[in-house]
Amino acid sequence: MNNNSFLDYYNIQDLNTAIHEALLSVMPQWLAILLEGLAVGLLIIVLYAVLAIILIYMERKVCARFQCRIGPNRVGGKGGLLQVPADVLKILTKEIISLKGSDRFLYNLAPFLVILASIFTFSCLPWNKGAEILRMNIGIFFVLAASSIGVLGILLAGWSSNSKYTIIGAVRSGAMIISYELSIGLTVLTMVLLSGTMDIQNIVMSQDRMWNIFRGHLPAVAAFIVYLIAGNAEANRGPFDLAEAEQELTAGYHTEYSGMHFGFFYLAEYLNLFITSGIAVTLFLGGWMPLHFPGLDGFNAVMDYIPGVIWFVSKTFLVVFLLMWIRWTFPRLRIDQVLTLEWKYLMPLSLLILLIMTVCVVFGITL
Amino acid sequence: MDISLLDIAFYVVAAVIIFFSVMAVTTGRIVRSATYLLFVLFGTGGIYSMLGYTYLGAVQLIVYAGGIVVLYVFSILLTQSDRNMRYKIPLAKFLTVLLTCLVGAGLVIFLLVSNHFALVTIPQGVELPATEIGHALIGADKYQFVLPFEVVSVLLLACMIGAIMIARKQK
Repeated sequence: MNNNSFLDYYNIQDLNTAIHEALLSVMPQWLAILLEGLAVGLLIIVLYAVLAIILIYMERKVCARFQCRIGPNRVGGKGGLLQVPADVLKILTKEIISLKGSDRFLYNLAPFLVILASIFTFSCLPWNKGAEILRMNIGIFFVLAASSIGVLGILLAGWSSNSKYTIIGAVRSGAMIISYELSIGLTVLTMVLLSGTMDIQNIVMSQDRMWNIFRGHLPAVAAFIVYLIAGNAEANRGPFDLAEAEQELTAGYHTEYSGMHFGFFYLAEYLNLFITSGIAVTLFLGGWMPLHFPGLDGFNAVMDYIPGVIWFVSKTFLVVFLLMWIRWTFPRLRIDQVLTLEWKYLMPLSLLILLIMTVCVVFGITL
Repeated sequence: MDISLLDIAFYVVAAVIIFFSVMAVTTGRIVRSATYLLFVLFGTGGIYSMLGYTYLGAVQLIVYAGGIVVLYVFSILLTQSDRNMRYKIPLAKFLTVLLTCLVGAGLVIFLLVSNHFALVTIPQGVELPATEIGHALIGADKYQFVLPFEVVSVLLLACMIGAIMIARKQK
């Protein structure tokens, strides 16, 4: 075991406690908790919006590079940095339309269900030591549970828009997400088995000797690949974006949405990409834990001086880049190919990985 | 009597559950009904979490909200269903339903009055550790439930085989 006191350099738990006590000295407890809750909620929403802007800019640049283009470069200086903020301002001014023959209530509700699921999972990410927002001892299971709400928003959006395109997109998306949840659940279970806990912070702490992908060697690497494929499908992206296949379905389940309602779907799609990567980093690449190798104490000590939040964000953006690379490289699959891939290959494979990991953990063949 | 923040949250969630339960059975549109049911299930999940049973709360979300309601909506999408279900209800049927509701409400109120409120008896803010739940589910000692657990899994397996048999194409 490493010397854990190093990790406490950037622990913000003490700061949180100090703020809480300062508030308690001037106001009753319920008001203090209410104010803290509001502040954290505001922080989540701001972080969510800022990350979405960064991710959209990144996607446009990465996509352009893969297609031998330059991408946005006119608005806001050299790199087109203000292109996405300008787009955001524009979308905020658009009218939100209502359709003839649609179910108004469900039509307006659907984007919020999608964004709710996304924000729930977003607030489970471990940013730093002491910087988790929702912590419970079943953490990772809650992430799986909350992310399963999103599909309902997609189904309702497709149904309530009262259009052929949207309903085909919604049914495709529903069938796909429900199927790929199995692989995600099984690979997450594999890593829970290796870490011995479901609490997200404890999963990160259990990797202080070495990241899980090294500890679990062969089965962990296989699980990582399966997780990335299934996570990509779960976020409706990459070769699995047939729910919004432009050439056949216009824009799939959100064809009929305008203005910020469409913006919510768009936001949730990019943030789900970030969340999928964040969970992958937490489970396989150590979350905010710096790169450690047993025996190399000097190296480990140097790595500990880099704050956890930098580790987490940079690792997550690395995985995001990987997923974008996949998205702009592979052509889109057909719905039957997507379902065959999951039920005939990925699901049996992840069951096998789970079995191998169990054997490894029981006989102590982990590093 | 002082009221804590948790008490207020409990009453708010309880009111939400009651409101949406009534809405789920009185609305005339089937997809809306399923959506109101979803809110009821969110509420029950929230109450489980407040009592410290976060595991049960998450199970509620993943099985009911993410599984059953999605299945309902999916089957509504795939079948031709009435958009409006405001049928005329015969008086006799209405009276029986009303009577059943009153008897059920009376039973629940009697149980509430003769026992404590669950919120009082369960330590608040303490989360039930997941390891304890795991041991209870697959342990064979007293207050451990490996037999029911296995019986339920055999039942689920039987259901799955049955579903495959029905869905299989005839050769």
